[in-house]
Amino acid sequence: MSNSTEFRTCPTTGLKVDLAAEKLIKVNAVAAVVFLAIGGLFGLLVALTRWPEVHLLPADFFYLALTAHGLDVLLVWIIFFEMAVLYFASAVLLGSRLAAPKFAWAGFVLMLVGALITNVVVLQGGSSVMFTSYVPLKAEPGFYLGIILFAVGALIGCFVFFATLVVARQERTYQGSIPLVTFGAMTAAIIAVFTIASGAIILIPTLLWSLGYVSNIDPILYKTIWWAMGHSSQQINVAAHVSIWYAIAAMTFGAKPLSEKVSRMAFLMYILFLQLASAHHMLVEPGFSSEWKIFNTSYAMYLAVLGSMIHGMTVPGSIEVAQRSRGLTKGMFEWLRKAPWGNPAFAGMFMSLVFFGFIGGISGVVMGTEQINLIMHNTLYVPGHFHGTVVAGTTLAFMAITYYLVPLIFRRELKFMAVAKLQPYVFGIGVAGISVFMMGAGTLGVSRRHWDMQFADAVLPFDYPSAAFLMMGLNGMSAILAALGGIMFVVVVVGSVFFGRKLEKDEKPSYPEVPPQSAVVAQHGSSESLKIPGTTMLVAIFFIAFVLYYFVNWKYLSEIWPLS
Amino acid sequence: MAITPPSERIWWKEPIAKIELYWIIIAFTWGLIMFFMMIYWHGAGEQNLSNEAYKIKPERFAEHTQDMIDAYTVRNESGFPVVHPPAGEDIYLTGRLYNWWPILELEKDQSYRLHLSSTDVQHGFSLQPVNINVQVHPGYDLVFTIRPDRAGEYGIVCNEFCGVGHHLMVGKIYVVE
Repeated sequence: MSNSTEFRTCPTTGLKVDLAAEKLIKVNAVAAVVFLAIGGLFGLLVALTRWPEVHLLPADFFYLALTAHGLDVLLVWIIFFEMAVLYFASAVLLGSRLAAPKFAWAGFVLMLVGALITNVVVLQGGSSVMFTSYVPLKAEPGFYLGIILFAVGALIGCFVFFATLVVARQERTYQGSIPLVTFGAMTAAIIAVFTIASGAIILIPTLLWSLGYVSNIDPILYKTIWWAMGHSSQQINVAAHVSIWYAIAAMTFGAKPLSEKVSRMAFLMYILFLQLASAHHMLVEPGFSSEWKIFNTSYAMYLAVLGSMIHGMTVPGSIEVAQRSRGLTKGMFEWLRKAPWGNPAFAGMFMSLVFFGFIGGISGVVMGTEQINLIMHNTLYVPGHFHGTVVAGTTLAFMAITYYLVPLIFRRELKFMAVAKLQPYVFGIGVAGISVFMMGAGTLGVSRRHWDMQFADAVLPFDYPSAAFLMMGLNGMSAILAALGGIMFVVVVVGSVFFGRKLEKDEKPSYPEVPPQSAVVAQHGSSESLKIPGTTMLVAIFFIAFVLYYFVNWKYLSEIWPLS
Repeated sequence: MAITPPSERIWWKEPIAKIELYWIIIAFTWGLIMFFMMIYWHGAGEQNLSNEAYKIKPERFAEHTQDMIDAYTVRNESGFPVVHPPAGEDIYLTGRLYNWWPILELEKDQSYRLHLSSTDVQHGFSLQPVNINVQVHPGYDLVFTIRPDRAGEYGIVCNEFCGVGHHLMVGKIYVVE
């Protein structure tokens, strides 16, 4: 079989690319971007409805749009793109043939069919149960069936990835250990298997219940297992986008990890502890002990958070070392000031890193504290937090690497470079606004998944404070900005893929530039020569912000009614 | 580079730079502090959700609620009974499509054992503006003790999506001197 595999050599990176893998990366990335556009549009409709002065959609269509938004962006866009990342990190980075491309195609088709079925069922209107579909709310059987098919397809993709690792090892396509980025992708794939298994355990009985073959599904049991899928799948995203941070640092600066050992240990923490996160959703539910809640919600004493905090230093640190070795040594931050801010891949990646840490990361840990969850559960603080992780973190990182994939994998010159340069800023600032203002509204008590914060038709009157209305207005404006950034991304990507100039065989695209050779000082583990004062300062600022915000929320908690 | 195999084949024996090691120690210690903070608050803090919960048939819970309404209703408001149970009593609040039943009137600085459950789908008990948020499940009776420490009128919003009338679901608690 290996004889029939065709390769080309990438003129920019020198990597050997299996053409079958390349085609699969392309179709998965294209499907991802299509669903990002659809899901993003639903998101804009949701935000405009929640802006009290605009209040765009009627109630039933709002709940429908919110269900579709969650499904299409949180699940479909992200997992299609992750399939592309898995094939890239295995076949392309290891210079190997892709194992079983036919199975990979079967997986792709299943995912596509599943995504389409669920979308059609949701649009028909009888399944506006939100992305989480908490029982005993019941959706049409097709809703669950589509998600199950999609998950099975993704599972096949994971196994093709693992098989490719085995093939590459046996055929000795690389020397020594797999690259760090491949290691990170492997972390994501391992968590994905756990995630999809959890999804199958709960969604198959729920499908049977929807069909009438099972009489009852316990709501607590459903929620616990559903979130073993729902939250762990966000950890797939974290592992994937952290890998992309490392990849962009390497492809832009030739940056080497500060220490392979530390970075790999940090990924290992994800595999060992992230799946405990189902507990984040069960902190104010009946039927759990505090011991269970505290151990699980903290990922066994915050060991997975430790993993992320380590990456938070090693990624910018590796960039700093690479930049300093090139003579950008003035002061603390010359390396960062003179970074290529006009390169959308770098700009997107660096904003993803900062926003994920400061907005998504800190808020997640605070909200996941057993008692503090009482003042945040199901308020808009929750979507505020996860737009910081999944959109400002994952989506922005995926967009950033796409700017490299288009010339290197699709073999097209990037079009509309001026738009591309601005895109990460427009999208990033818009999403940061969405996150921060939703968290603000949530702190003021505003409910998530709610059509009318004015309660105009309710029998008993109730008013949120006026500051909450201001927050929702600012949230709506940020959503418009983010949507504009999303449109810019789609225009650049679709424009380049279909109308960009085709690169000749062995022709180097003008963007991205060939990554510089790794600097000498960046010798990993060279504990004597490692100087990263700028990164140390950034990490110190992050840590102080984290500690202050954490204790401010204990203060808020101490002001509510005594409970026991 | 991170996209190529490690340049040192025996990478796991390379020493770790001091600055990285310090950060790992600081971050790990911070994790321990946050972990023990939750345990500490169970002893020292006044805001802890009890772990008391029972399985209960929705009809049974509705009966408990009705018994309380029959015994302690003091007036009616917009079609809701306003119930003023004695201090220290077990009180029942039912979440259902689409209201919180009944309206409770409590005394300031008195403790009550609040029972929360639903008779249909999941609801979210969101007491405003104090901002206390608890999930309400059908078939489960969640019990915890509350001690309102400020008089006033409080709204109960439903913050778990429960159906197309979700945004109409508002309840009320009065706290009187």
